[in-house]
Amino acid sequence: MAFVSSPDRAVPNVTSAKIVVAGGFGVGKTTLVSTVSEIPPVNTEAWMTQASKTVDPLNGADAKTTTTVAMDFGRISLARDLILYLFGTPGQPRFWPMWDDLCRGASAAVVLVDTRRLEVSFPAVNYFENDSDVPFVVAVNLFDGRQTHPLDQVRDALGVADSVPLLTVDARDRRSSVQSLLASLNNTMEKTAPIATR
Amino acid sequence: MSANPWVRPYVLTGGRTRTRHHLYVHTLVSVERYDPTAVLRLSPEARRLYERASFGAQSVAELSAHCGVSLGVTRVLLEDLAAADHVLINEESYSSPYDHRLLKRVIDGLREFA
Repeated sequence: MAFVSSPDRAVPNVTSAKIVVAGGFGVGKTTLVSTVSEIPPVNTEAWMTQASKTVDPLNGADAKTTTTVAMDFGRISLARDLILYLFGTPGQPRFWPMWDDLCRGASAAVVLVDTRRLEVSFPAVNYFENDSDVPFVVAVNLFDGRQTHPLDQVRDALGVADSVPLLTVDARDRRSSVQSLLASLNNTMEKTAPIATR
Repeated sequence: MSANPWVRPYVLTGGRTRTRHHLYVHTLVSVERYDPTAVLRLSPEARRLYERASFGAQSVAELSAHCGVSLGVTRVLLEDLAAADHVLINEESYSSPYDHRLLKRVIDGLREFA
């Protein structure tokens, strides 16, 4: 097994970190990832095998109901030796084992919600409250650029603890999206010990 | 997508579905020295992964997506390629994703990026 370890290696030892972007269908996960990513978000069909295609035919019109693994990811090169990856979770409950896989090794998570359809993000909130150790924040996506509900109402409706940061984001706006990522990382800083052990 | 349509995914891996080392979806893989003769001995899928990785350090997920090889198969094939010294699996520089030194670097990098 070849691992990068010697100081005079030809390949610089690049480090990667990961933030998970979760939430229900249509809450803006893909938008947020594409707003900040330096590569076009890579998604769905690339993950399918030909074998599964024969049982789960792809159909553009049914894109949201087919059994494709709808996962998007993006990449931001933060330094010559540091890459941040953003992974959007697949929305369908049947892909939840994939959530575990995506969340393993993540530094933070952002759960996106749409106040017009809060319920689609309930499973994601439940997941990070109960089934994952990854610290998370909840970000209300301002679809029309305006905030329609006060945040404390959203918090009550979602039933998330006061310890979970709640913020607004405009997923179409790069600065705003980056702010939500920063909030998630700062939250992890607050929730974890300085010298963390796995 | 150009995965071989006539074989089920794990035929490509000899039936193996697990790897000895856990490769995260964001674990970086690179090629130190591209060997054009090595590709001749690789399966089409492993060859695509090897050639793609030679473009520069990329995550397991990127390699999987760009090569049209499913994530599970990609992990097994990358492990084989690493065992044969064709690719390097970058060690995690920090023992935990919550290591504050890592978090601080990412935060500083994002602030600059914003």
